[in-house]
Amino acid sequence: MLTAILAITIMALIFGLLLGYASIRFKVEGDPIADQIDKLLPQTQCGQCSFPGCRPYAEAMAAGEADINRCPPGGETTIQALADLLEVEAKPLDDECGVEKPKTLAVIVEDRCIGCTLCIQACPVDAILGAAKQMHTVISDECTGCELCVPPCPVDCIDMVETKINPNTWRWPDPSHVDLTLEDQS
Amino acid sequence: MTTPLSSFPGGLVLDGQKKRSTYDAIRKTPLSKKLILPLQQHIGAASAPIVQVGDKVLKGQKIARADGHVSVYLHAPSSGTITAIDEQPIPHPSGLSALCITIETDGEDRWVDLEETADFTVLSEHEIRHRIREAGIVGLGGAGFPSFIKLNPGVHHHVETLIINGVECEPYITCDDMIMRERAEGILDGIEIMRYALRVKTCVIAIEDNKPEAISAMELALARRSDLHNTSVVVIPTRYPTGSEKQLIQVLTGKQVPSNGLPIDIGIVCHNVGTSYAIGRAITHGEPLISRIVTVTGTDVKHAGNFETLFGTPMHELLSFCDTHREANEPFILGGPMMGYNLSGDHLPITKTANCILVGVDNAAPKTDPLPCIRCGECATACPVSLLPQQLYWYSRSKDLEKTQEYKLMDCIECGCCSYVCPSKIPLVHYFRFAKTETMNHELETQKADNARVRHENRLERHEAEKKEKEERQRQRKLALAATKAAKEKEAAEKAKTAEPQSDNQEK
Amino acid sequence: MPLSRLSSPFLSGTSRVTLHMLQLLLALVPAVCALVYFFGPSVLITMTLAVVVALLAEALMLKLRGRPLKPFLTDGSAIVTAVLLAIALPPLAPWWLTVVGVLFAIIFAKHLYGGLGYNPFNPAMVAYVLLLISFPLEMTTWLPVASLSEQPLNFAGAFHVIFNGQLVSGLGFDTVSGATPLDAMKTQIGLLQHPSFISQQPLFGLFAGKGWEWINIWLALGGAFLIYRRVISWHIPVAMLLGLTTISLITWLLAPEATGSPLFHLLSGGTMLGAFFIATDPVTAATTIKGRIVFGAGVGLLTYIIRVWGGYPDGVAFAVLLMNMLVPLIDYYTQPKVYGGQARG
Repeated sequence: MLTAILAITIMALIFGLLLGYASIRFKVEGDPIADQIDKLLPQTQCGQCSFPGCRPYAEAMAAGEADINRCPPGGETTIQALADLLEVEAKPLDDECGVEKPKTLAVIVEDRCIGCTLCIQACPVDAILGAAKQMHTVISDECTGCELCVPPCPVDCIDMVETKINPNTWRWPDPSHVDLTLEDQS
Repeated sequence: MTTPLSSFPGGLVLDGQKKRSTYDAIRKTPLSKKLILPLQQHIGAASAPIVQVGDKVLKGQKIARADGHVSVYLHAPSSGTITAIDEQPIPHPSGLSALCITIETDGEDRWVDLEETADFTVLSEHEIRHRIREAGIVGLGGAGFPSFIKLNPGVHHHVETLIINGVECEPYITCDDMIMRERAEGILDGIEIMRYALRVKTCVIAIEDNKPEAISAMELALARRSDLHNTSVVVIPTRYPTGSEKQLIQVLTGKQVPSNGLPIDIGIVCHNVGTSYAIGRAITHGEPLISRIVTVTGTDVKHAGNFETLFGTPMHELLSFCDTHREANEPFILGGPMMGYNLSGDHLPITKTANCILVGVDNAAPKTDPLPCIRCGECATACPVSLLPQQLYWYSRSKDLEKTQEYKLMDCIECGCCSYVCPSKIPLVHYFRFAKTETMNHELETQKADNARVRHENRLERHEAEKKEKEERQRQRKLALAATKAAKEKEAAEKAKTAEPQSDNQEK
Repeated sequence: MPLSRLSSPFLSGTSRVTLHMLQLLLALVPAVCALVYFFGPSVLITMTLAVVVALLAEALMLKLRGRPLKPFLTDGSAIVTAVLLAIALPPLAPWWLTVVGVLFAIIFAKHLYGGLGYNPFNPAMVAYVLLLISFPLEMTTWLPVASLSEQPLNFAGAFHVIFNGQLVSGLGFDTVSGATPLDAMKTQIGLLQHPSFISQQPLFGLFAGKGWEWINIWLALGGAFLIYRRVISWHIPVAMLLGLTTISLITWLLAPEATGSPLFHLLSGGTMLGAFFIATDPVTAATTIKGRIVFGAGVGLLTYIIRVWGGYPDGVAFAVLLMNMLVPLIDYYTQPKVYGGQARG
């Protein structure tokens, strides 16, 4: 009886020491979770999630203070990716935050621009080029479509234009959703 | 003919269907009234127009210049007037439009002045490559890669073998077969020039054994050329997809092109017979690339054959020239039945990469929905690249893009062998194409997002820095103010001090 | 012919799931004839019952899952499962045994995992194992070969036994039932009889059990036909038979008193059925070439181990199920080297 207790205690000590050693020796330095979440967000910096940018939203999600379905530009794909990362249930986009829309880019109508720089100050990614009393223009490659420049403009000269697909950016349709019979296509 | 042959795994033996379109010699397509020329008929950057609407152009005149390194020039296929430079529908699986130059021909077909060179050895290799680029020559096997780039070994590589691809393994297509039968001399001209440009010793012309006429034509032509050393015709067993560059290299040499690498990494360069012919014409006769041989064939085509067609010719003209029975908007195939894509509009123009128009095939894939995958593994057995199409299918279907990369999705050559053998009739190649474009799109979006993040962080940093600077200035101002105040008070105190002793004295 | 696909290739080979299944059934015909010749017509009754129940169960499950009926009912996979199970069951299996088995195979082992192509375990073997464990008496009660039996059953007699559970003449079951050769070999070795002595008994024929050896030979020939027609590839059957032969040869040479000869093992029980028809089920077997060889060898080894040292006379069903479990692992570590790349896995 005594030998049994002794034996089990000694084994427990040995295994405990092994586990402790393993936890230090084989420790994996991973990204803090907020970084991993931020990598999944589209970086539109639009604020529709009610946070001032994507990073604060990522940090709030990491702290468990925000839900995963608050990002309209990310849409369903981002919600699914966040659900997979955080191992929670995916859920539909929160209507309060907005709706999933096709990607748009801001375009300044140059005839109307008065050079007030209010839009330049509003753009979270510095995608608008210009100076006081000079023509403003949007660098379309940098524009994320966040629409934060539209409200401040006093002359309403910014239009949100849908990006056109060209043959180089066209994507093959998903075969599992497509009716394979061509006859119905035409 | 004595080179030892290796082989690749998988592949298919397909019914060639070559006889339909090889009864007649190559014919010339009649000149069209309107020629529509897309500015991008090659891999790389689209050419930039150098003409304007209203300009009169001659046959062979440059109408667009190369834009960037991976780009070539574009020429007017016939004399006429530029009537438009605008977006027109182009032959593409998407059915979308792109920028095109439209020429209305004047029927005179007048050539621009051409620069002939009887002996190309007077030109430097660099000059030859430059002329090939200016002639707008791209790979005519169907891919359309600018040929001048594949004639530049660069400083780091040494080219051992030049392979001339006369394999044409896809069923129905016979344009390479015909060009070898009828224009073998011209092909050899091109080979001579390419050998010179590449400084290569050995040249191999690969032809499948189902083209006996082409083989004898090329061998006869070779025999007449005593100055073309170390060039031989190699006959290889007919198997699909031996014509694919990587598989052809494996068959002829047993070597494999490294993943993410190019044939030149193992000292080999491959060019199509049609490209070779075009290079010969360009350097020797100064002719730019303005036409190509197009096979028109299929079960619905009455007079199938091969046609020398000017670029920009609308397809419906070619189809009616061959007496094709086709319902309006009935889809037809551009390219071969295994790798081509279907088009429904026939007002699309013939481009540099249009090797075949196929209307109606035997053994067409069935209309019914596919059954689930029964994991039989036939697809893996048939794959010439030794991929696991089954796994790629599962991951493409569930959109697990990372896993598709792990299983080497980008190495897939989209040959269609896997789809062909699948007992459940799953459109595997469609899934892989879908996964590829999703991956490229995802990478693009991730790059954009990363970019936006960096710009946003920089902006925040800048604001932080400006704020700090402002606070610092304020602090300095405050300190300065406090210092001047303190100095003033000190002064006042000293003044009071010097005044005091008098009052003290007075009191005493 | 009008095109019907969005993407190339626009040509298609003649391979079809239904054709595969039909050829499989064709390959079983000689063996079924042998079964009838040696054990009477009862197997035909069981088979018909199994097929009918399988199709009904399949239709019911498809309806419940909201899937189209026609393509799946005509693909032939349910019929093949039913037929294989019917061949594996004892000749006088009561009707309810067959029905429970088939229902379990189709509903649980196939549709609840997602239907055709999604099941990880071979449905016929899952059902067989379920029946073996739940109803050991009925599953180990075999008819002796017709020539040995004192009361060979005809069609009506067999029908009566299967559906009424008793013989026409009212005689007990034990007057007609007996052990299988594998069972006999195992039990008597346990009683320290020498295998060569056991093989002299009337239950045994030239190499293995009387009648059984013929059935196995016909199954092997059917399997060869399938390989010739490219319905199955040779890797799994050859690997399984080689695996079985190797281990049985080694054991037999080292300890001939502990086991039957390799030939005995090859031609007994479910060896050939397992090698050519069960382990080669594409949905549940490994998919890579090297993987198939490992899978087949594993099935062969495990079959022998269970037969000689395990608790059951025949181990094919368990061996197949155990290897089915290992298939994802096998597939992962036997990936072929991609053109131009390094070896993976």
